Amino acid sequence: MELHNLSIREAHELLSKKQVSSAELTAAALKHIHQTDALIHAFVTVSDELALEQARLADERLRSREGVTLLTGIPFAVKDCISTKGVCTTCSSKILENYIPQYNATVMDRLAEAGAVLVGKHNMDEFGMGSSCENSAFFSTHNPWDLERVPGGSSGGSAASVAASMGAFALGEDTGGSIRMPASFCNVTGLKPTYGRVSRYGLIALVSSFDSIGPMTRDAYDCAAVLQVIAGKDPHDATSLLAPVPDYIKGLEKPIKGLRLGIPKEYFQSGIESGVEDSIREAIRKFEELGMEIREISLPHTKYGLPVYYLILFAEASANLARFDGVRFGLSVTEGAENVIDMFLQTRREGFGPEVKRRIMLGAYVLSAGYYDAYYLKAQRVRTLLRRDFEAAFEQCDALVAPTCPTTAFKLGEKTDNPLTMYLSDIYVVSTNPAGVPALSVPCGFSNGMPVGMQLIGKHLSEDMLLRIGHAYQSVTDWHLKRPVVAK
Amino acid sequence: MPKNHASQTTIIDINKVKYVAHLVRLGITEEEAAVFSPQLAAIIDYFNLLNEVETGDTPPASETSTIRSVMRADDVQPSMPRQDFLKNVPHQDGEFVQVPQVFDEE
Repeated sequence: MELHNLSIREAHELLSKKQVSSAELTAAALKHIHQTDALIHAFVTVSDELALEQARLADERLRSREGVTLLTGIPFAVKDCISTKGVCTTCSSKILENYIPQYNATVMDRLAEAGAVLVGKHNMDEFGMGSSCENSAFFSTHNPWDLERVPGGSSGGSAASVAASMGAFALGEDTGGSIRMPASFCNVTGLKPTYGRVSRYGLIALVSSFDSIGPMTRDAYDCAAVLQVIAGKDPHDATSLLAPVPDYIKGLEKPIKGLRLGIPKEYFQSGIESGVEDSIREAIRKFEELGMEIREISLPHTKYGLPVYYLILFAEASANLARFDGVRFGLSVTEGAENVIDMFLQTRREGFGPEVKRRIMLGAYVLSAGYYDAYYLKAQRVRTLLRRDFEAAFEQCDALVAPTCPTTAFKLGEKTDNPLTMYLSDIYVVSTNPAGVPALSVPCGFSNGMPVGMQLIGKHLSEDMLLRIGHAYQSVTDWHLKRPVVAK
Repeated sequence: MPKNHASQTTIIDINKVKYVAHLVRLGITEEEAAVFSPQLAAIIDYFNLLNEVETGDTPPASETSTIRSVMRADDVQPSMPRQDFLKNVPHQDGEFVQVPQVFDEE
């Protein structure tokens, strides 16, 4: 096996035994990125120099055996909405094309403390607005399993990068499926943690009440290793949770026998690709063999998840993106501006792409007088019902299993003409974010040669259990080990 | 376009598009407004699906987690040094941020 193909666990073992250095691992990752990313286009920025310097420091740490963690010396990259001090952070938008943050997101500080090695920043749908990575202002990312298909979105660069072995792991960000959906399309394991489990400080906000940073990895074990480092209270984020962080790695070995697994019937209705449904049903049989108790349940408001999610997104995003005004950072277009309003109008017109424009206009529309009650307030009321659906379900079972997406990865360009059709590909992933619950997407098969993912959904702060179920499944299956040719 | 539960009723005409664009301080041409108008209407129209749900006196959700009223000591903390902040400011004189005229002459 090549060095760039190693998982966190495998690389850590070699590093601990001094069979390889972080400098070697990092150089191998960078070399593979420079060779392979010409096909995939997963990276907006590759930070060679910084990576080699961080690798050198990690090797010192490994030599002295002080402060060594599972992530020490391991190369990784992050979605380009996570602020990295001194490294360009664009949100794949023209408005931030040359923006270099003067501070780190808390997750970046924590990964640096753990000794992980940043190799670059991943392409995404502009400001996270999209489900295919085609809304990047720079270029589209290609699915490593079929270059004519999308990697999913919005963390498409991160999923494609992990699938193609360009870095051992990634951090994505999930506002309404943006970690799980591309994880499913690319055969990657991806976790959207409980809202507040991971600090949002330094994350460029899309929807402040939905946004969750989480790991995208080769397997559930690696997911646990990354979550261990990034989870926990942060004084810089008042919404981060105080609850103690359990030992996720230790938790993986606990038994799953006897746990009750719910099948939400609304997630298996018309529109689901037969190959996807077959894979999920097969996985459910596996869970039964593993001793889990399977029961059908209902989440009656599922079909309203999509409008609830998007209406609240429009409203919060239009407010969050008000900060891009050409004054303090980013693009600023002042030529011919007679006053400050002209500068705002021109800067935002040139800086934002069409999907961002649509969504912030819709935000202003649903918040405006006469429409606020009918749309925004109505959505917040139905959001309460969505949350109650999950609460009721978790009285009958410990976790839910469902397809992550109704289909496998679609073709580039297939859905770009119709924004609403694109929104509908998120149908199974959006409901968890308004409810704030965690969900883990796990590879569980292939349909017509493309990967299928299932999501395990749990109640608030049940990441340890979701990872344990995912790990148990991956201990008896090998879907997660399958790699596209470009990863070699 | 997905089949709608109700008839296509929402109209967001070009003037409305220009109005909301101005509310979010987004410069827009007549041609762009004409493209956005049916797109925005179709999206809002689909989301009228929510009218099916009887919400009665269900309270609107106002937060995602169970956290309420997080308090901390009101201590003075160091903030980002001015020179670091100014590194990203597009128009400045080395000390202050510069913008075009904000107030009318009168």
